[in-house]
Amino acid sequence: MAQEKKREFWRWPETNWKNTNINWQDAQFITVGIDVGSISSQAVIMADGRIFAYGNMRTGYDSPNSARDALKFALEATDLPEERMDYCIGTGYGRVNVPMADRALTEIACLARGANFIYGPEVRTVLDVGGQDIKAIQCDESGKVTNFLMNDKCAAGTGRGMEVFADLLGLSINEVGDKSFAYQGEEPEAVSNICVVYAKSEATNLMRNGRPPEAVLAAYCKAMAERIYALVERVEVKPEFAVTGGVAKNRGVMDRLMPMIGLERMKTDWDTQIVGAVGAALIGYALCQKGKGRKK
Amino acid sequence: MITAGIDCGAKNTKTIIMKDGEIIGKGQVLTGIDQKKAVEDCLAKAVEFAGILRDDIERICATGSGKKAVEMADDAIDDIKAMSKGANFFFPNARTVADVGAEEARAAKIDQKGNPVDFAINEKCAAGAGVFIEAMARALDVTIEEMGPLCLQSDKKIPMNAQCAIFAESEVVGLIHAKTDKKDISKAIHDSMASRTVSMIRRIGINRDVVMIGGLGYNPGFIAAMLRELKIEKIYVPDAPEFGAAVGAAVVAAENT
Repeated sequence: MAQEKKREFWRWPETNWKNTNINWQDAQFITVGIDVGSISSQAVIMADGRIFAYGNMRTGYDSPNSARDALKFALEATDLPEERMDYCIGTGYGRVNVPMADRALTEIACLARGANFIYGPEVRTVLDVGGQDIKAIQCDESGKVTNFLMNDKCAAGTGRGMEVFADLLGLSINEVGDKSFAYQGEEPEAVSNICVVYAKSEATNLMRNGRPPEAVLAAYCKAMAERIYALVERVEVKPEFAVTGGVAKNRGVMDRLMPMIGLERMKTDWDTQIVGAVGAALIGYALCQKGKGRKK
Repeated sequence: MITAGIDCGAKNTKTIIMKDGEIIGKGQVLTGIDQKKAVEDCLAKAVEFAGILRDDIERICATGSGKKAVEMADDAIDDIKAMSKGANFFFPNARTVADVGAEEARAAKIDQKGNPVDFAINEKCAAGAGVFIEAMARALDVTIEEMGPLCLQSDKKIPMNAQCAIFAESEVVGLIHAKTDKKDISKAIHDSMASRTVSMIRRIGINRDVVMIGGLGYNPGFIAAMLRELKIEKIYVPDAPEFGAAVGAAVVAAENT
């Protein structure tokens, strides 16, 4: 008998993209950055330091396969053969498990470099809110890290926590940000910003007391913003300020966080999840230019 | 002399009735939203169990996060004092007491009279409390009662990287996908939680005898993991360990009479 598959509300759309204005055959160096995160993996292909193609997908239970899948997904958008790749850098949580990488770099360095490219050299503070980590990074005009702080070992304030709430409330992860502003009545207080498990039991109580999912979402977005702010507050926030990672797409959290920080965040049309992989590909390009690329 | 100890906790309210140093009645109800009602119901239950009249109780002592809701109480003590006195009642040689409940964990160093000398608390992270194992049981698709015995069947040592209950759930799913045996995963879960509980206890020092109260006292897998982690041979657990703090409160009520 066919088993009905449980709907997965946390699931966000996987995307790949190709820049049609670039002909890879004209490029001197093709460099690739692969960011294997706890939740999502991205592969960015650059032609002489310009973004040529990328793939952004869910990380599986096996890091080497996730890296291969992400690269395959990016290549699918193009007619570029994998052998053409001049240099590849792995980054992210699973960076040591990127089989095709020539070297591995921390996501901190790659995010700073990537944000410098995506948002521009004015960026001084990068906040990355991903599936498992929150990082606040300070960098200089060349995209070099000058200082950073990150959360540790806890899901509070991270994208994974938001996924748990999307599932709890039965709302798609793509719409939770907007939905959190849909509630007309008085918003409840923020739920626990200390632990997602406790926040979940508080949220369940709110619903038992008749609060609609939108109100509960507002309470959770507020808790996330508070938690992220507690980390950001510990580094000196210098403008310009840029946000990367999946949670940058969530207006419910971002629109509550920015007034706490008291700054505007920089805008971009790029997918905020690819920034780390962009940085990795760029660092690879710089190495190739210096003649420090792969020995052939 | 008859006294009562009422422990109004986040999840459950527990009452113990004592007569001349012996437990004669107990009662437990879900705390729910109305704490005052839970306290009334719980006391009535314990009074019935003991076969006495409410007026026979000379003194009542309250404890737990909802102790203010115990309006009939003559005294109120904090959780640390209650757990210390409770452990001392069952095991006079107790010097280190751990109270591991559903959402909180505490440890206290106590003297021979059962007075706390030092303590440590975790009330901020589910990874060191019973809900951690509850969440992992859901991921493994077994009941919470099955978790402990399951873990005892394993002799493998699989490290868990995740500390957070939310991340550990993803890790458990990963282990299931890698076709890891449920009993080995269960052991990894208990080992990981025990290591966090023990690191909390270490902050106050480990002195024998070690006593454990709270609901996790029912979990043989957790006790075994604690023994491995503490590198000791025995942890003393009273019958009905979740009543430990209520017992301590009843003892204090008797002392104050």
